[in-house]
Amino acid sequence: MFSDTDLQKLLFGRLTLADIPYHEPILQVTFAGVAVGGLAVLAAITYFRFWGPLWRDWLTSVDHKKIGIMYVVLALVMLLRGFADALLMRSQQAVAFGANEGFLPPHHYDQIFTAHGVIMIFFVAMPFVTGLMNYVVPLQIGARDVAFPFLNNFSFWMTVSGAVTIMISLFVGEFSRATWLGYPPLSGADMSPGVGVDYWIWGLQIAGIGTTLSGINLIATIVKMRAPGMSMMKMPIFTWSSLCTNVLIVAAFPILGAVLVLLTLDRYVGTHFFTNDLGGNPMMYFNLIWIWGHPEVYILILPAFGVFSEIISTFSGKRLFGYTSMVYALVVITILSYLVWLHHFFTMGSGANVNSFFGITTMIISIPTGAKLFNWLFTMYRGRIRFEVPMLWAVSFMVTFTIGGMTGVLLAVPPADFVLHNSLFLIAHFHNVIIGGVLFGMFAGVNYWWPKAFGFKLDQFWGKVSFWFWTVGFYVAFMPLYVLGLMGVTRRSQHFDDTSLQPWFIVAALGAGLIALGIGAMIMQIAVSIKNREALRDTTGDPWGGRTLEWSTSSPPPDYNFAYTPVVHQLDAWWQMKARNFKRPVTGFQSIHMPKNTATGVILGVISIAFSFAMIWYIWWLAALTFAATLVVSIVHTFNYNRDYYIPAETVVRTEGQRTDALAVAGRA
Amino acid sequence: MTPSAMQTPRPPATAARRALRGLLLLPLLPLLAGCNLTVMFPSGDVAMQQRNLVLASTGLMLLIIVPVIALTLLFAWRYRATNTEARHDPDWDHSTGLEVVIWTAPLLIIIALGALTWISTHTLDPFRPLSRLEPGKPIPAETKPLEVQVVALDWKWLFFYPEYGVASVNEMATPVNRPVTFRLTSASVMNAFYIPALAGMIYAMPGMETKLHAVANKPGEFEGLASHYSGSGFSRMTFKVHSLEGDGFDKWIAKVKGEGKELSRDAYLELERPSEREPVTYYASYGDGLFKSILGMCAVPGKMCMHEMMSIDAKGGAGKDSRENAERLQYDNRHVERGDEAPGANGPASQHAPRSDKPSDSQDHGPHGKGENSVAPNQLNN
Repeated sequence: MFSDTDLQKLLFGRLTLADIPYHEPILQVTFAGVAVGGLAVLAAITYFRFWGPLWRDWLTSVDHKKIGIMYVVLALVMLLRGFADALLMRSQQAVAFGANEGFLPPHHYDQIFTAHGVIMIFFVAMPFVTGLMNYVVPLQIGARDVAFPFLNNFSFWMTVSGAVTIMISLFVGEFSRATWLGYPPLSGADMSPGVGVDYWIWGLQIAGIGTTLSGINLIATIVKMRAPGMSMMKMPIFTWSSLCTNVLIVAAFPILGAVLVLLTLDRYVGTHFFTNDLGGNPMMYFNLIWIWGHPEVYILILPAFGVFSEIISTFSGKRLFGYTSMVYALVVITILSYLVWLHHFFTMGSGANVNSFFGITTMIISIPTGAKLFNWLFTMYRGRIRFEVPMLWAVSFMVTFTIGGMTGVLLAVPPADFVLHNSLFLIAHFHNVIIGGVLFGMFAGVNYWWPKAFGFKLDQFWGKVSFWFWTVGFYVAFMPLYVLGLMGVTRRSQHFDDTSLQPWFIVAALGAGLIALGIGAMIMQIAVSIKNREALRDTTGDPWGGRTLEWSTSSPPPDYNFAYTPVVHQLDAWWQMKARNFKRPVTGFQSIHMPKNTATGVILGVISIAFSFAMIWYIWWLAALTFAATLVVSIVHTFNYNRDYYIPAETVVRTEGQRTDALAVAGRA
Repeated sequence: MTPSAMQTPRPPATAARRALRGLLLLPLLPLLAGCNLTVMFPSGDVAMQQRNLVLASTGLMLLIIVPVIALTLLFAWRYRATNTEARHDPDWDHSTGLEVVIWTAPLLIIIALGALTWISTHTLDPFRPLSRLEPGKPIPAETKPLEVQVVALDWKWLFFYPEYGVASVNEMATPVNRPVTFRLTSASVMNAFYIPALAGMIYAMPGMETKLHAVANKPGEFEGLASHYSGSGFSRMTFKVHSLEGDGFDKWIAKVKGEGKELSRDAYLELERPSEREPVTYYASYGDGLFKSILGMCAVPGKMCMHEMMSIDAKGGAGKDSRENAERLQYDNRHVERGDEAPGANGPASQHAPRSDKPSDSQDHGPHGKGENSVAPNQLNN
């Protein structure tokens, strides 16, 4: 036995065989599922000889379209994991009453709710939002890629590394039990000495680097790379919402990074920023994490607002009502979102003046948000609304989000918050805005831009099935939580004594079941659409009667997006071009300068996973080695001058010729 | 035209009216659930004012929420593509008058709600002593508030009654219509103290004191709970609050005095150790200044109290001499020196099953008789 020798400690840090939780039946089944599923995927890739294309065209790609799609794939995969956690929680809470302990002991249950929150926010909502922005923004502003294509690829791989780090905790060691925001002193070294919180810290730290860099990238792209003629006030509204989002990211994520570093120092080298002893102050952590955390909420919702603005205008066949006030509303929300963080802990006992200040600033945010809702309303007014799947999501969003907004403003009244804070009412509220706002927005966006990305529409029938299960399931799952909150039931409880609460939890669990069917229908929708892709083919590049520039190019767009950089004269550029009978140029193509793929992002991503694993398990030699490797690879990459190429004019001519033919077939030449 | 298109003026109106009626019924829904809704039907004046505020704010917001939802559904129906009779105005995208209205309407609501917020946040500040027992019922001049000192432990609540010199665990009592002043702290992680029937919650934090003022207007037995996640025993960190009429409270105090043991400092240090499902325990007396030393995080003999450190700092600090104090300022939060496992300790890293995986009825969970045979996770110090 090695178990106590110094050599083992030197080689493996605190990692031992006992850390593989093979005694947990739930984890065994999960592991078997993941292993079988993973092997099936690997076998399929091998069978279809997809390794080469996968590496060349996807993993190493710096094309913003490919990276955007990979972000969304990451989000969908992680959605399955996060939702599995949600199902476990709902089932546990539906049975654990009185003498029944349920099937999850606190030690396991606490990890599950922590993982659910972390995964849903950082690895579902964030990649979804980033993916859509990545895909759509350059197309909307008539650019050929983002400002820093390699940085984009690197950002994506950092996000993946964070996700992988969190996923490893499922099978090696444990995950954090200190909630998704890891409040100290509970998350400190004294109270949580194990590896769980360290998995959380390193997963978030690495993914956060990716997010920050992608924010910088998209700001630079939007500010510097707009098509000629596209002044700020002629930018599509989704691009505006992306700009605001990325400003928020760049200003907020470094705070998350810093606060995680402080917590890391507390845990690893014995500083006392947030401990109870030696003058540490956990209240500081609450403030810092929410100074990031509240803007984060708007980082998620603003892109969804942008998506809905595009969709409602397109499917109403009408200009967006009040574009200017929409833009100002976005900017006002961006600024105000920094002035409200304290409303997450009114109950910490700040004085009445401080509490009312933050309560009132929070309410003020509802003014621009309300104005946006009215603007969407009046966009529909006197429109010709086609109820395609994206528009269904939009209408459902407008109703659902309004309810969530109302309960949010209610929680912003400090004395009301005193009775509702940390209760299931709060849980119902933020799921109401995150599901009804962010997720509905992302699903609408996927349905809307799918034909652009893949050249065929998504199946309508399964899209509608999914839509109805999600919408109804959402209400069935979360309305009971509002009621339970009014009964004074608190969140994160693994067990309840009062059996009279059980019916409400059973209803909520049924709602989660309906949402599961919605997710199933979504997978079905994608599968059926791929199968019927010829019937669903979009040859025009403009399947919805779009208004913005992404619809002016083919579906899917060529690598270079636009053979000629479009010239913009007005808002809704493509709509105007169509109205003026714009003739697509078919001659005079030149070779196009493009960025070249690189493996550096993937390599740095893999090294980062190894680094965080080493830090988590105290394997110091590996940590030092991988840290040095990161620096070496980064420096070596700067000497790589082979980073661009030209798409030859002949290729452009051929590609554009095919498009001309396709348009002729579609009768739109 | 199809018949449905011919009738367009009517169906949207009825649909909207139906939606409106449904929404108006929504606030009545809680009534169906009956008196279970503690937050909506509380038993104390503070919680009642908070309830009223919840209802008033909701009503105020419904003024704008209901029209928005109704208009959404109405417009979605009225301007559907198949309804070719509805006016289509594809280039209409601006109306200064309408824009003024859509910014002003929410603004007016928020001005009203903001005023309500400012006033209520000040009158219902948990740190502010009560000014009345109930609407129209001032506090009698001779009534002194009952002071209850509360300590959040892992995972139970400890209550001190300084006026009576008694203490209790996981059960407290208050006389009806006598204001209560809670002074709260925590001995381990952050927590929140919440009695939904009496008043809103407030955090209990180590080394810090928060306050809460409340009054019970009705007799009864209320639920009290921890509403801020604090580790594995959190779900069962509940207590009962007895609101007692007449001489009921004095009887309760007498019972505590009669049945209770002494809570010496040593007994407290035993009690402080993590335990779940602690039974109700009474203490007829407790050590001098115990709450103050818990608050100062110096219940363990030899540790420096927060207020001592603060007074040194206030005098400009002790310079290099403060090195000598470092040892005295480190608290054994995880109880490792005494052989307990930390609340968030991890199974794998400590090489043995986590606390919550052990059978729940085992003696291990009791506050006493622990320590000798417990596995000290020494590798945690690595």
